[in-house]
Amino acid sequence: MLMCLPAIVFFLVMSYLPMPGLYLAFVNFNYSDGMFRSPFVGMDNFEFLIHSGTLWRLTFNTIAYNLAFIVFGNGLQILIAILLNELRTRWFKKFTQSLMFLPYFISFVLVGLIAYNILSYEYGLLNSVLKSLGADPIQTYSNPKIWPFIILVTFLWQSTGYGSVVYFAAIMGLDSEILEAAEIDGANALQRIRYIVLPWLKPTFIILLLFSLGGILRGNFGLFYNLVGANNSALFNSTDIIETFVFRSLMNNFNFPLGSAVSLYQSVFGFFIVVTANWLVKKMSPENTLF
Amino acid sequence: MASTTARRRGNDFTSAAVRGFGYALIGLFALFCVLPFFLVLGTSFTAEKTITLHGYNLWPRDFSTFAYKIVFENPDLIVGSYAVTVCITIVGTAIGLFIVAMTGYALQRPDFRSRNAISFFIYFTTLFQGGVVPFYIIMTQWFQLKDNYLSVLLPGLMTPFLIIMMKSFVKSIPHAITESAKMDGAGDFRIFMSLILPMTTPALATIGLFIAIGYWNEWYNAMLFLSPNMSYRPLQLFLYNVVTSADFVRNSSVASNIQPRDMPLESMKMATAVVATGPVILFYPLVQRFFIQGITVGAVKG
Repeated sequence: MLMCLPAIVFFLVMSYLPMPGLYLAFVNFNYSDGMFRSPFVGMDNFEFLIHSGTLWRLTFNTIAYNLAFIVFGNGLQILIAILLNELRTRWFKKFTQSLMFLPYFISFVLVGLIAYNILSYEYGLLNSVLKSLGADPIQTYSNPKIWPFIILVTFLWQSTGYGSVVYFAAIMGLDSEILEAAEIDGANALQRIRYIVLPWLKPTFIILLLFSLGGILRGNFGLFYNLVGANNSALFNSTDIIETFVFRSLMNNFNFPLGSAVSLYQSVFGFFIVVTANWLVKKMSPENTLF
Repeated sequence: MASTTARRRGNDFTSAAVRGFGYALIGLFALFCVLPFFLVLGTSFTAEKTITLHGYNLWPRDFSTFAYKIVFENPDLIVGSYAVTVCITIVGTAIGLFIVAMTGYALQRPDFRSRNAISFFIYFTTLFQGGVVPFYIIMTQWFQLKDNYLSVLLPGLMTPFLIIMMKSFVKSIPHAITESAKMDGAGDFRIFMSLILPMTTPALATIGLFIAIGYWNEWYNAMLFLSPNMSYRPLQLFLYNVVTSADFVRNSSVASNIQPRDMPLESMKMATAVVATGPVILFYPLVQRFFIQGITVGAVKG
């Protein structure tokens, strides 16, 4: 049907056309020869990345951050959704839900600015509080150790409202008669949550888990880039993820082959992870698979 | 009577405790979510010397609108950025929404043979990607879109997620309705325009909002493709430049005849942020209901 044509053209141009470009990973790119006529160098780019330790550092950071996001993110979202369901004051539920959803709605540039507002050495709120308590101010932007914590908290701040709506909607689909029956049988809130609500949320959780596992090598570029800043190399050991590296190799160093090599590694490895995750789920509970 | 009231939802001690914990945790977390916004707002109204003395504060110690005066002293840049962002958002949302709705409808038609193949064609792009480097080269070298607003407009038109969302909305329309229209001799496009579109208004509102917010907050493609020699850049990129570079502040100080050392550097960043974000936040209470609706349908039924 003709009606799909615009969308097909769109994805063809925006998504499929760049794919052969991954060939860049195997060449020594120069502008005059272009993408497909630059000299072929085989695996040299990958060898360089492995020997310099870059690939290992990027992989470790990207996966570690994503695992933390998945565990703490889903945990907090489920907790908040379940508690929301227990509350009885309607206006309170609606009001707090709106407030929690708000951070999802703003741009990463503003998120970065807010973080700066709190963390800046001279004027930041954090150091104002520390000083008023008589403690020494912290040099946040040159201390790599605290960044995993800052990034995780910002992530939770931004995504919990959105995610808990998803889980809350799933709970709404639960037949309320089941809950009432459980109460008549004398189950208290904890027991109802443990034996009815949590098992009910399992399929939603698995689908979302599959999605996030599929993207485990994809970072949250906007978050990292705006929080850390483009060139704060003092923090790279603990904050550099695949996408920030690729972006730098494109915009600052013009090292197209290295960026492409990392992208190719990310796409192939990531694809492998989704397929494996989907296969595992198919084995365990066939009704919950993505495809 | 007594026994029925005792059976009302969760009147035992544990349930009351869970509820109490719920009120406390959710209340605190909600507060934690909005306080940063007040920090930005408060700082934007604080005099610069108070900031240098006491740092940022939630509540302005001495109210001052000086930063806003400077921001609007030279309104050309910010008005230009607003115009660019508003245009891109309106045009992009209209085109994107139309294509997403059409595709979602077509992919939902049971008599459309290749719908599964096309669905996979679209879904596959979330699994495997060429990456930003080839994308950049194609946009700049092949299509020559460097410093062209199209490079910001085009990539934001749609995502596979929105098409899937539209599909599950259309699914809820009884198939008999389109069948009978077909019997009456209406063509596919006619059915889409005069039947499907009016019947999926809530869906269109939700998807349109997702696209529109995407455009309003867009800074990534703008940063990739629009160079500093463009006079008007989208709002978020404008904000990014105010926040990260001193150039803007220096230019404003020349324009408004103020010594650079007297410029309210810190409060100006916050004031620009308020101006760039404010309208969306004011708009938010009206539209968030659609968002919640959309996530509910799109995410759960997938």
